Amino acid sequence: MYEFHMPSLGADMEAGTLVEWLIKPGDEVQRGQVVAVVETQKGAVDVEIWEAGTVDKLVVVTGRKVPVGELLALLRTVGEPAAAAPETPKTPGTPHVATAPAITAAALPRAEAAAVSAVSARLRVSPSARKLAEELGVDIASVQAAEPGAVISRADVERAAQAKTLTPVAAKPAAPDWHAQMRMAIAAAMSRSKREIPHYYLATNIDVTAVSSWLETENLKRSVTERLLPVVPFMKAVALALREVPELNGFWIDGALRSSASVHLGMAIAMRGGGLVAPAIHDADRKSLDQLMADLRDLITRVRSGRLRSSEMSDPTVTFTSLGEQGVEGVFGVIYPPQVAIVGLGKITERPWVEGGAVVVRKVATATLAADHRASDGHRGGLFLAALDRLLQEPERLR
Amino acid sequence: MTLYNREQIQDIIFDALGAIAPEVEPAMIAPDRPLREQIDIDSFDFLNFIIRLHETLGIDIPEKDYAELLTLNSAVEYLVRRCAADQ
Repeated sequence: MYEFHMPSLGADMEAGTLVEWLIKPGDEVQRGQVVAVVETQKGAVDVEIWEAGTVDKLVVVTGRKVPVGELLALLRTVGEPAAAAPETPKTPGTPHVATAPAITAAALPRAEAAAVSAVSARLRVSPSARKLAEELGVDIASVQAAEPGAVISRADVERAAQAKTLTPVAAKPAAPDWHAQMRMAIAAAMSRSKREIPHYYLATNIDVTAVSSWLETENLKRSVTERLLPVVPFMKAVALALREVPELNGFWIDGALRSSASVHLGMAIAMRGGGLVAPAIHDADRKSLDQLMADLRDLITRVRSGRLRSSEMSDPTVTFTSLGEQGVEGVFGVIYPPQVAIVGLGKITERPWVEGGAVVVRKVATATLAADHRASDGHRGGLFLAALDRLLQEPERLR
Repeated sequence: MTLYNREQIQDIIFDALGAIAPEVEPAMIAPDRPLREQIDIDSFDFLNFIIRLHETLGIDIPEKDYAELLTLNSAVEYLVRRCAADQ
């Protein structure tokens, strides 16, 4: 019998509310299938299961707030008879949901628990629907879901808005709450990071002329819908460089580093109107630039108007933040526990650069690393930035 | 291809911006100031903006022309010109 537990969807999660079951007893499920919707402080998340089998029993009813790690459902694994076998602990072969950050939740301050219970009164609302309601001035509490028990969607909000057309906007209900939730989640994770993780910081200026011109030429050949964003080749280079310095890619758990063989690149993505999430692009080191662009597009779109999946929330092995967009030249990040490093990329600017004894104008970006000194040392961190520099000099090999 | 006047182009721009940044109030946009100073959009949003213009107007906007879309005024000028040239 496989036990399906409430996953930790990031270091800042202590509990989640089960909003919806997408399975029922007797259903066959596949590895990676989305089986439930859980409401967290960072919005509703599609929760995947990482075992195949037949649903035996749903232990938790919808609408309940469930602490991380609590049993949600029982699954008969493939080949297992209907009569329940002795319960086995989760196998190490299913790392996606259950493992890493689960223990971290216990260390979180109590204030967070209070914050979680505050939401329960108005659950079953997708974050984008909540935002839309705020925008349209619809009181979210008055919106009915399409069917009983279903999550209130954007369509439901739109229907409610039409019903009350021409009624002047009175209050802005959900907004302050939603922001408060998000800030609370970020506050908990970042405070814990600064309390527990001895950060060290490195920066280096990288000549990115080659990769910039390569991208310019490449995008010239592409129609507008196929263009690559400037950050995409950098994502690939960061992922490849991390392979060379595995101490920066993984988790610090129970006083020891657990390096990850896969590079799941957590992309820091700002949410409209404030807040941020850093969901994973899985196996970024093994994906083509086109695939990375497609994944990034999908991820940003879902961050801003849809739902993230549990594996994206729970298993980034490292975070990448590119604040260059806002004109920032360098960013020294705060590590998202239990990860051990965050890589930053600043704005690409034209700067004077000495080459062969002459001053030339080059496109330059400042790459930074904030890393956990328990897991690695500055020398290794320096090797990572050097590898990143080297990889960016041969953009045609990043494909 | 349709020939658009300035007002029509301006409406198309507002629609495209509104789809990306729903909080945007068209009346609040200062036409001669950079859009990105007034609207919180990043490079991903901007690419989607370009894609929407491409879908509505049927013109392909190369990266080297992105600078022409800096302000509302310059964007209207540019798109009117491009649409007319494609006739």
